[in-house]
Amino acid sequence: MIESVPLQLTAELFPNGISRYAVGGLLVGLGAVVIYLGTGIAAGASTFLESTLSYVSDQSRFQRYVSSRDWRVVFTLGIILGAAVFAATVQSGVITTSLYEAGTTGQLYDVAGVTLWMTDVQPWRLFLGGILVGIGTRVGKGCTSGHGVCGVGSASKTSIVGVITFLTVAIGTAQVVAALGVSP
Amino acid sequence: MAQDRHPLFMPLILVGGLIFGFGLGFSQMARPEVVLDFLQFEDFGLLFVMFGAAIVSGIAFALVPRIRDSAPLTGDRYERRLKSFDRNVLVGGAIFGVGWGLSGICPGAAYASLGTGNVAILWAIAGMFVGAYLQGRWRSRAASGEPAVAGAD
Repeated sequence: MIESVPLQLTAELFPNGISRYAVGGLLVGLGAVVIYLGTGIAAGASTFLESTLSYVSDQSRFQRYVSSRDWRVVFTLGIILGAAVFAATVQSGVITTSLYEAGTTGQLYDVAGVTLWMTDVQPWRLFLGGILVGIGTRVGKGCTSGHGVCGVGSASKTSIVGVITFLTVAIGTAQVVAALGVSP
Repeated sequence: MAQDRHPLFMPLILVGGLIFGFGLGFSQMARPEVVLDFLQFEDFGLLFVMFGAAIVSGIAFALVPRIRDSAPLTGDRYERRLKSFDRNVLVGGAIFGVGWGLSGICPGAAYASLGTGNVAILWAIAGMFVGAYLQGRWRSRAASGEPAVAGAD
């Protein structure tokens, strides 16, 4: 009985276990490290938004990213492709591992033998949230990867303050939205 | 600039992105529902993604500069390029937080989400471009309206 209390607590805090999260996190970190090792660049994902806009807009705010815009496109394509490889292997069940907990969120669908996934979260939430993410990450000098992974990893005080800010506000926002009955 | 690059520069960026994106898929951080469950305190597993990744990169950022001076593909010195702190970090972070809490999606996870087949995420990616464009317009104007003093980012 005494031993089952922490086990119950663990099951409550981590209903999907921790292995998929930990393995995924290690890989995200490893991806950032591979780029850093070869190039010295601590890559973030949100600068892509502005650097890509420099292809179509002359605004000075975007033009400052001209020199990095090509590799940022490649980085983003790599992220999309890497996730597609995950979909074609683990998500499709071609590779099975006890480290991966599939969960029950969203909808699975099949295209040419590959199991793909679709969110149930409503489009207006994605679009409106996306606009705020686009404004906020660029004004705030970074997102979950730039501040969260690379910044926290290099013990940058600016990034740590940034992460605490967006994490706290996101928790408050998600709780309020859920309390208002918005779901999914 | 581009033609001076090492031939392995782009392939390495691609490989880094592949691993990064595979990890976001495997962790399911690419699923808005999983992020929202975390923010609503229903599943704390996402902490392991964020801190796991930060620990791995932290070890590399701390060790690599002691082993080598400069990166092989760029010749750039391994150094901490720290971002300056000002009010924007708080204001922008708060706006990002509202967007993340409303949608459950952040930029890197959104790109990965598209890769897992989630075409609905194009709403979020389109929104991010709109948001990035709006702030870029405002700030480009603000910058050109002011006397050109500080070019710092």
